[in-house]
Amino acid sequence: MSATTNHDVANIVEVDASRRRFLKLSAAAGGGLLLSMTVACVTGDPTDGGGAKSAEAAANAPLHDINIFVAIASDGTIRIMAKNPEVGQGIKTMLPMLIAEEMDADWSDVEIETASVDPRYTAQQAAGSYSTPSNWVALRQMGGATRWMLMQAAAKKWSVAAAELSTGPSLVRHAATGREATYGELAALAADVPAPDSATIEALKLKDPANYRIIGKDVKQWDSPKIVRGEPIFGIDVVVPGLQYAFFAKCPVFGGKLKSVDLAAAKALPGVSDAFVVRQATPDIFGLLDGVALVGPDWWPLKEASGKLNIEWEEGSGANYSTAEFDQKADAFRASGKPQSMLTAGAGEAWDDVNNAIDSASKTIEASYSYPFLPHVPMEPMNTTAHVKDDGTIEIWSPTQGFGPALAYITAVTGVPTEKIKCHMIRAGGGFGRRGAPDYMMEAVAISKQAGNIPVKLLWSREDDVQHDLYRCGGYHNFRAGIDSNGKLAALSNHFVTFGFSDKSKVWAATPGANDKTLVWADMLPGEFPATFIPATAYGQSVIQANIPTGALRAPRANGHCFAYQSFLDEVAEASGKDPLDLRMELLTGPLAKEPPSGKPAFSPKRMADCLRLVADRSGWSNRKVLPKGTGMGIAFYYCQRGYFAHVAKVKVEQSGKVTVQKVWAVGDVGSQIINPTGALNQCQGSIVDGVGQLFQKITFDKGRTQQSNFYDMPLIRITDACQIDVHFNITDNPPTGLGEPALPPVLPAVCGAIFQATGKRVRRLPIVPADLRWTM
Amino acid sequence: MALTLNVNGKTHSVDVAGEMPLLWVLRDKIDLKGTKFGCGVAACGACTVHIDDKVARACVTPVSSVVGKRVTTIEGIGATPLGQNVQKAWLDVDVLQCGYCQAGQIMATTALLQSKPKPTDEDIDAAMQGNACRCATYVRIRAAIKRAAGLPITDTREA
Repeated sequence: MSATTNHDVANIVEVDASRRRFLKLSAAAGGGLLLSMTVACVTGDPTDGGGAKSAEAAANAPLHDINIFVAIASDGTIRIMAKNPEVGQGIKTMLPMLIAEEMDADWSDVEIETASVDPRYTAQQAAGSYSTPSNWVALRQMGGATRWMLMQAAAKKWSVAAAELSTGPSLVRHAATGREATYGELAALAADVPAPDSATIEALKLKDPANYRIIGKDVKQWDSPKIVRGEPIFGIDVVVPGLQYAFFAKCPVFGGKLKSVDLAAAKALPGVSDAFVVRQATPDIFGLLDGVALVGPDWWPLKEASGKLNIEWEEGSGANYSTAEFDQKADAFRASGKPQSMLTAGAGEAWDDVNNAIDSASKTIEASYSYPFLPHVPMEPMNTTAHVKDDGTIEIWSPTQGFGPALAYITAVTGVPTEKIKCHMIRAGGGFGRRGAPDYMMEAVAISKQAGNIPVKLLWSREDDVQHDLYRCGGYHNFRAGIDSNGKLAALSNHFVTFGFSDKSKVWAATPGANDKTLVWADMLPGEFPATFIPATAYGQSVIQANIPTGALRAPRANGHCFAYQSFLDEVAEASGKDPLDLRMELLTGPLAKEPPSGKPAFSPKRMADCLRLVADRSGWSNRKVLPKGTGMGIAFYYCQRGYFAHVAKVKVEQSGKVTVQKVWAVGDVGSQIINPTGALNQCQGSIVDGVGQLFQKITFDKGRTQQSNFYDMPLIRITDACQIDVHFNITDNPPTGLGEPALPPVLPAVCGAIFQATGKRVRRLPIVPADLRWTM
Repeated sequence: MALTLNVNGKTHSVDVAGEMPLLWVLRDKIDLKGTKFGCGVAACGACTVHIDDKVARACVTPVSSVVGKRVTTIEGIGATPLGQNVQKAWLDVDVLQCGYCQAGQIMATTALLQSKPKPTDEDIDAAMQGNACRCATYVRIRAAIKRAAGLPITDTREA
């Protein structure tokens, strides 16, 4: 990870270990990445454990499996599998649209099911806003291959050449003879058509976007009707015969060990039918930790009992951690001046040289920014139903962002090979990066086994969730900048203070985002804007040692770094007498000052500048000077997860310091096609409001414990603080990319920039403390 | 303790501790899983139900306290034209992302529209601020409430 040198590479390593393995396998096989997946899925036996299973078909219309993605009933119903987990990002609706479009289906014939967990689907995960870019070509090819099979079936039926056939919504047509057959009528025949080979698939002509009937149209979320009726479709709703609930009490200090517990007393508590100790399975703090498992028919009594357990913990060195101490250490690093190590190391990037240039510039400014640890807190608390069976197999039902990392972990701990672990991907009540981790799944497996191979539903309390999260790591950025006599930003240094493991055994190396220098996702890339856009930049890093579990939170890295860098750019603009927009445009549209670290551009400055220009226009940025004191507008941009976003925020700050974000304008460039506009817009709206909420959130530590425990002391943003939003997509000739994350990061600095205009006060430390923003006329 | 409950117009007999929260009785004893567990301390609104047509948080409501009262859950909200109207507005506006909090949002909305058929933005803020949505679909929740009320969807707050 530390070797990654630009955003493109960084985005690729954001996907998990199983994805990386797949990339390797594909390369080894010599085939194109996307094509090899398509071929596996087209040619795979659809009845082999996964796929669109006929067995589950409606009794009145048996389904014929065309391939592992598509089954068609004789009544014309087309069942399409959604291969990736649905966590609120809309993928269950969007991915089948790609298949349906190219198979030329009538969308009203389509019904969607979540796919089985099957290696042939590849990368069944929700991570890195990657489902769109990784499936855009492959699933359209899947649809094209399915259409090809239906046409072959019609050709055989009518004894004509397939080349003479065309398709319309859900039917094949032979224009010369006027014959037509619906997909339903052809389904049984098509199921027997040999699948196309890879050359045929590669040669398939995909539709001209001008002819799309499904892609680009608003398609409402598939599961919505069930959800508004309260149907049981979430992980927490899973029931299997003989199911017992489980609660798992862990040490409040990260990595603490269980010293003793009175199990007899625990078993005597009301509603507790079994209680036992579960031991930490691996040295790291990302999987199964020491704890006391409580098992019983109902969950609430177990939660009540968990507060009455007589447990003694050996808290270990983690009991020293406190946010106050971290802040002091960060301050000491800042005061010491020089970072422990350099992130940049090319010409014009030596720490002393750059700082000498800053010192001798016409104008020198410096400022320190920091942001706290943050939780994920998806609305559905962590849970998994697991059954370790007497025959040596395991069955798991989990609301997850992907089984990849968890399965690797479970196999490593239990010795049960993945082919003997049957996984069910259940709709999750939010993810935000939390549900890629193995901990909650492994706990369910361990408890099922120790309870005597019975099925258990492990459910965390909200307190468990807040106190045993894999947090977004906090960080500190100490910037210095030199502005030359022409008012240009000539030199920039950043002494980044982050966190790292003092004990490397505490990090699970297979954790997505893990690296050998910092806590997980606590690193910074050397190419952070504006690294290559000004002549001299030096980015260095110092590390506070603390073995705290961290992980990806929506737009990992970006959600912290964007706030710091874009906010400091506002300070540079002020110091050089420029409008914040003008400074940004000057940097983005000027010549590159040096080669990006990898030798190729990390991102397209033109795409970013176009977004910035558009958002300035749409928001009336040029009029912001006329706003009364107490109201302001701020502007910021960021590129992450392949998406380009620029935001303007309009904010009102009362004299008491109370902040109201009134409106955010966003312009995004995610390529040539918005696949499902209503879903895309929803993701942007949610990201923006989520970003506003982040400005007011924190996780802090004292005596090694997380000080927050539930929504009363770790508040979520509410409807009262959800601003008005204007989103525009700038359509460009680039492959479509995902929207789960990139609209979030610019919100934070845009709001802080607006607060500065409103109050004259810079927000350099998150969370925002309204009392610090008081102002008078 | 044997208790008789009236949920969605049906009578249910359950044998549970009287202090067990209504949430868990609904979910695991009556098998109505639409009401969701989010926080356990009445701080998120995911478990919102109606007790005698008034909004209540099922996660902190002892089941014994609802004996003799009418409990309505998301599974029963479509029994009234107003409830149906709210459900339809949710679909029309395509509100949800993960959807986990939406049962509670719909229950809170239905109670709001029962008392204030034409709510202002301030009414919406007051009635809905107890219902958290981690996906932050609030823009659409506001729009769906107005659509259900037959109001223009425009946000009238200062911007």
